[in-house]
Amino acid sequence: MNPPKSATAKKVDVQAARAPRSESEELISGSEAISHAVKLADVDVITAYPIRPYDTVMQYVSQMIANGEFDCEYIVAESEHSQFEIVKHASAVGARVFCGSSGVGWLYAFEALAVTAGLRLPMVAMVGNRALDDPGAFGVEHNDALSVRDLGWMLAWVATAQEALDTALIAYRVAEDSRVFLPCAISCDGAFLTHSQSIVKVPSQQMVDNFLPPYDRGDKQLHPDNPITVAPQANEDWVMEIRRQNDMAARRAREVIIEAYDDFNNQFGRGGEPFIERYMMEDAEVALVGMGTLAMPVKVAVRKMRQEGKKVGFLRVRWFRPFPTIELQGALSGVHAVGVIDRDYSFGSTFHSGALANELRSALYPLANRPKVVSFIAGLGGREVSTDNVIDITGRVFAAANGGEIDDQDTYWIGVRE
Amino acid sequence: MSTSSVEVVYRGIFQKTLAKNVCRGIVFAAKKDGRIGIAFGRYSDSPERNGIPAKQFAVVADTEEELEEHLSRYEPDNNDVTICADDTLCKGVESWAWYGLQPINKLLKPDGTLLVTSMRPADSLIRDIHRKAVPYNLATVKGTASFSGLWVYKDDHTDVRLLGALAKVAPHVVSLDAIIEGIGDSMKQASVRKAYDMVEPVPVAVDQGNDEVPYEFDLPGYTTMEECLVIRGMDKQQDVPGRDGGYVPARNPTFKKYATRTMRPVINFETCTKCTICWLQCPDTCFDVTPDDYYDANMEACCGCGVCEAVCPVDQCITMINEEAFTDNASQWEMWSKDKESYSKWLSEKISEQPARSHGFHHIGQYAEEIAHEST
Repeated sequence: MNPPKSATAKKVDVQAARAPRSESEELISGSEAISHAVKLADVDVITAYPIRPYDTVMQYVSQMIANGEFDCEYIVAESEHSQFEIVKHASAVGARVFCGSSGVGWLYAFEALAVTAGLRLPMVAMVGNRALDDPGAFGVEHNDALSVRDLGWMLAWVATAQEALDTALIAYRVAEDSRVFLPCAISCDGAFLTHSQSIVKVPSQQMVDNFLPPYDRGDKQLHPDNPITVAPQANEDWVMEIRRQNDMAARRAREVIIEAYDDFNNQFGRGGEPFIERYMMEDAEVALVGMGTLAMPVKVAVRKMRQEGKKVGFLRVRWFRPFPTIELQGALSGVHAVGVIDRDYSFGSTFHSGALANELRSALYPLANRPKVVSFIAGLGGREVSTDNVIDITGRVFAAANGGEIDDQDTYWIGVRE
Repeated sequence: MSTSSVEVVYRGIFQKTLAKNVCRGIVFAAKKDGRIGIAFGRYSDSPERNGIPAKQFAVVADTEEELEEHLSRYEPDNNDVTICADDTLCKGVESWAWYGLQPINKLLKPDGTLLVTSMRPADSLIRDIHRKAVPYNLATVKGTASFSGLWVYKDDHTDVRLLGALAKVAPHVVSLDAIIEGIGDSMKQASVRKAYDMVEPVPVAVDQGNDEVPYEFDLPGYTTMEECLVIRGMDKQQDVPGRDGGYVPARNPTFKKYATRTMRPVINFETCTKCTICWLQCPDTCFDVTPDDYYDANMEACCGCGVCEAVCPVDQCITMINEEAFTDNASQWEMWSKDKESYSKWLSEKISEQPARSHGFHHIGQYAEEIAHEST
């Protein structure tokens, strides 16, 4: 006979769980790290609809609620569209919200995603990156999150569970800053991050409270005592001004992100550089550029090649929106060639490259001595990007730097069967 | 080598098909004349609202290049002819994408012609039309405003009569022969010819017309606008200038409804029982509460829908009157409280001398009444 459900539930000392204390170390997955951040941010309203790999987050959050560790409105919607609409409205009335999805689930919410950014609502969402259907695949591709890249959503990509937790806290602080008021999506590579566990420092409630002020929508809050209309019908005599306001908010986000990383580094003793991570870039002659958990095999390969005397470095893009144009220009102006590894595609685009390569090429164009850019597509649908793949890629980038027979006006697919 | 354009100003929904027929008729006729053209509506008027002023245009040219040159503007601004399909629009045009009150003749080129469907004499129309810095002509096609609905069309020949009159006042736009050729029906061809023969334009000088400055306001820019698509609610109550007591509901100060009206309610305060139904039912909250608890229809907020008249339970209390009978937007209650005798005289004159018209809105029972009226 199965034991009653209550007997299997984890026994938690609620007082201890809520008490201020220093950081604890826990062996958790990227999804679990996000759920810890959500609890620490004391989110008011969370909506859920299952889709792999995001669904692991909703499992962990609901477990915390069931265990009495965490109190919030937790609503399982009937679809992703409703899921995102509910938190959008909750955010308008002043609730701190969390939401998330993956792959075509994220796309099913697209109308809500567009208006969330349009209305300047600071939703924080987790995208468990997953290939878009068809075929129905579970593995990682970045096209899901990238689909909102033009709408005002801030987009961060993380490489470790620790970074997932830290970035979620930073995301709330930036999104809810009244200078910004824009939604932020944190992309976590499906499987590689969402389903693998590592040791993560989980900060105390007090530490988080010191870093993250409460969400205050000020006089933009929908409330009976503050009679306002949001989301009016407007015609061509208003739309450009509204778009320009969103543009200015997206521009201001840059400074607010820098401030948030400064404070986070001071208070938590980690966090790193905003926007990008530089790995062995100091004297690099060629650089590899990518996002997300790709960092792991690339760093291993870079170390290997460094031992052979090859001056190669890696630059990981942590924020795709706002795009770190200035940082990338600064970091790459000294190298001879750049290899961009996209875990996404943009069919029919410039040189048939992925989204990152196209943006990066555009950022480097104004440089007087711009490096050659060679673009690669790899790891689609969760396929492994091996260190050998990275060494192969780097060989081609060196060839481009040395004037070899490399096509910088096309894109190399790495690890695809012919 | 030339281009010409015609704008048709009409009441949204009620005259949409009429305006479309006129613009298409011009383009078809121009084709018979060996020219090319295009007909289009002003996109920001869509989706149209009942009775709200809207515009459609017809542009014709000898060559593709000339046509393109003319179309490179959102709204043609030097029209050969402005057709005004409802004479109450002579007071001005306020589209629902609001930018104040546009004089009906504003986009007419010098010496162009304003062609109005109306039963009124020219000087009566000129009284309502804002003055223009250059001379122009005024012509009328005799008839009341032709109103129908979104899905039905009242084929009363207004469209072809306007086309016939157009051929007379602006033969360089379309010829009479081309219009006749484009219309197969012999009865309609007769209507075209009759309108052509009857229309008599009169010149309007720069010192003729309404000398009021049209109501306008500046739109804010992105640095001065409220952020996050927020529109702030108005204060709950506004002061009533010159009144002690009473209640004026909150209204957007830049959102007036002068020209959206084809009719307006006049109120007999002597018969009013203060039952509050007009005040409660008005969809535009246009009634001000007076210090002595009467309900005064504020002409800045009334769109002329006639709901108040339809719901008023008292016989001869609220009556809808053709907007052409009025030259100002003054408070009726103030007029009544100052001098009840002259108000009573004014009221009975307005009601008895009321020029015929319909506001186009249908309220419970009204449609049956109209059918009964037409069958007698």
